[in-house]
Amino acid sequence: MKRTISFVLNGEKVEVEVEPHWSLLYLLRERFDLTGAKEGCGMGECGACTVIVDGKTVNSCIFPAMEVDGGEVLTIEGLTEMAEGGLHPIQRAFIEHGAIQCGFCTPGMVLSAKALLDENPHPTEEDIRKGIEGNICRCTGYLQIIRAIKAAAEGGKDGRAD
Amino acid sequence: MIRFDYLKPSTLEEALSLLYEHGEGAMLIAGGTDVMVEIKQRKIAPKALISLRGVKELEYIEPHNGGVRIGSMTTHRTLESSSLIKEKFPALADAVQNLGSVQIRNVATIGGNICNAAPSADTAPPLLVLGAEVRIRGPRGERVIPLEEFFVGPGQTVLNRGEILVEFIIPPAPAYTGSAYWKHTRRQAMDLPILGVALSLSLNKGEASNLRKLLAESATMEEILFSLEESGLVCQQARIALGVAAPTPMRAKKAEGVLKGAKLTGRKLDEAGRVASQEAQPRDTLRGAAWYRREMIQVLSKRLAIKCLERIFLGEKR
Repeated sequence: MKRTISFVLNGEKVEVEVEPHWSLLYLLRERFDLTGAKEGCGMGECGACTVIVDGKTVNSCIFPAMEVDGGEVLTIEGLTEMAEGGLHPIQRAFIEHGAIQCGFCTPGMVLSAKALLDENPHPTEEDIRKGIEGNICRCTGYLQIIRAIKAAAEGGKDGRAD
Repeated sequence: MIRFDYLKPSTLEEALSLLYEHGEGAMLIAGGTDVMVEIKQRKIAPKALISLRGVKELEYIEPHNGGVRIGSMTTHRTLESSSLIKEKFPALADAVQNLGSVQIRNVATIGGNICNAAPSADTAPPLLVLGAEVRIRGPRGERVIPLEEFFVGPGQTVLNRGEILVEFIIPPAPAYTGSAYWKHTRRQAMDLPILGVALSLSLNKGEASNLRKLLAESATMEEILFSLEESGLVCQQARIALGVAAPTPMRAKKAEGVLKGAKLTGRKLDEAGRVASQEAQPRDTLRGAAWYRREMIQVLSKRLAIKCLERIFLGEKR
C-alpha cells in the first residue's frame, strides 16, 4: 500500500515511499533522520513537533505525511543550514537570552517564532505570547523565550540581539 | 499505529464519488486536528481517509448580498485574518482566533469544527447567532438547512452517508447589530471551553443614536448598566447560543424572547440570562460542574450583551 510522494524538504527536492497512515513527524524522524522535531504529547497539544509546511506552522505529529506531497517543508535543521554563519538570528537570540533549558521545546519554539516574525516583523509582547501559544516549555522558561524573540525582531535581518 | 489508506481527491465531485465507493469504512478528513487525534486515541479506526485538503473549491470567504458565504475547508487562521469577518460578523472572529493554537488554526477548518459536532465546538454558537445555514452535497444532489437543525447529539449530525458539508451561508446582519462570543476557559490557549456563549443584539436607528450618547459618557459596565436603566434601549432582535450547555450547541430561544421588543435594562438582561440558564441542560464534567455552568451563563450573557452594544456603537463610528 506504499505511496511515493515528492516534496521540497529544507530547500531540497526529495522523493520518498511512505505508508498512507504515517504522520509527517514519523516520516521526518524515521526516514530522513531529522530528529529536531520531537514527539511530546503526540496529540497536537504541546508543539514540540512543530515544523513549517508551505509557510505555516503545523503540529507534525497529527499532520498526515501524505499531505506534504507537492509541498514544501522546513524543519529546524533546514533553518540552520540556510542561515549564514551557522545559526539563524532567532537561534542566536535564544542562546544570548538564555531561552533554552532542556531544549525539548526549542526547535518548535524557534519555528513558531520564525513563522511569527515572517508574518509580523515587529510584534508586540502580546503578539509574541499569542504566536507561541501552541508551544509548551516544560521548564517554563517563557520570559526568556519572549525576550529572545523580541530581541530577534529588533535585531532585524543581521540578527544582532541587543 | 492504526493503518489506513489515504485518498486525495482534488475536486468535490471526485470526493463525493470516492466517499460513495468506499462506503462505511471511509471517513472524511479536513484539517485532521480531531480525526488524527481520535485515530491515535483509538476512538475510531477508519479503513480509508478521504482528504478534502486538496479540494480547493471549498476554500473561500465570499461576500454575498450583504452576508457572506464560507467554504467548509476554510481554515480558522484564514477566517481570523479576514477583515470582512472581523467587521461584520465579530462573534465568529472572537471564536476563530481563540481556538487551539496557531498550529491548530493553520490547518483546522470551520467545516471540520462543525462536522465533528462536539458540544464545545467554538464556531457553533457564533454561527447560530449569526443565523447561518449549511449547504450539504450528497450523491442525490444538495440541500440547505439551518445550522440549528444540523446537530443531533455529541459527535452526531444530520449528514447521511456519502454527504459532505460544503458551505456556510451567513445572511446579512440587520443594521445596528452587534455580536460577540465568549469562550470561558481556565487558560488562554490550547483549551476547550468550560462554556461558550454567543449573543447578537439588534437595535433600530433611533436607539442606536441613543447608544452613542450612552457609551460616550459611560465607561465601566456598571455605569453603562446604570444609564441603560434610564434610557432603556429597545431591542429589535436578540439571539443567544450556548456551547457545552447541552448535548449539542443550542439556541436559547426563550431567553431571546425575553429580550426581543423589550427595554434593555440591567434587570432585563439578568432575566434573559436566568431564562437561558434554565433552558440549558449542562452536565457535571471534569471541566466544570453543571451549577457553575448555569451561573456563568447568566453572568456571561449579560456581559456579552454590553459587548454587543459597544460593537454596535463602534460599527456606527466606523
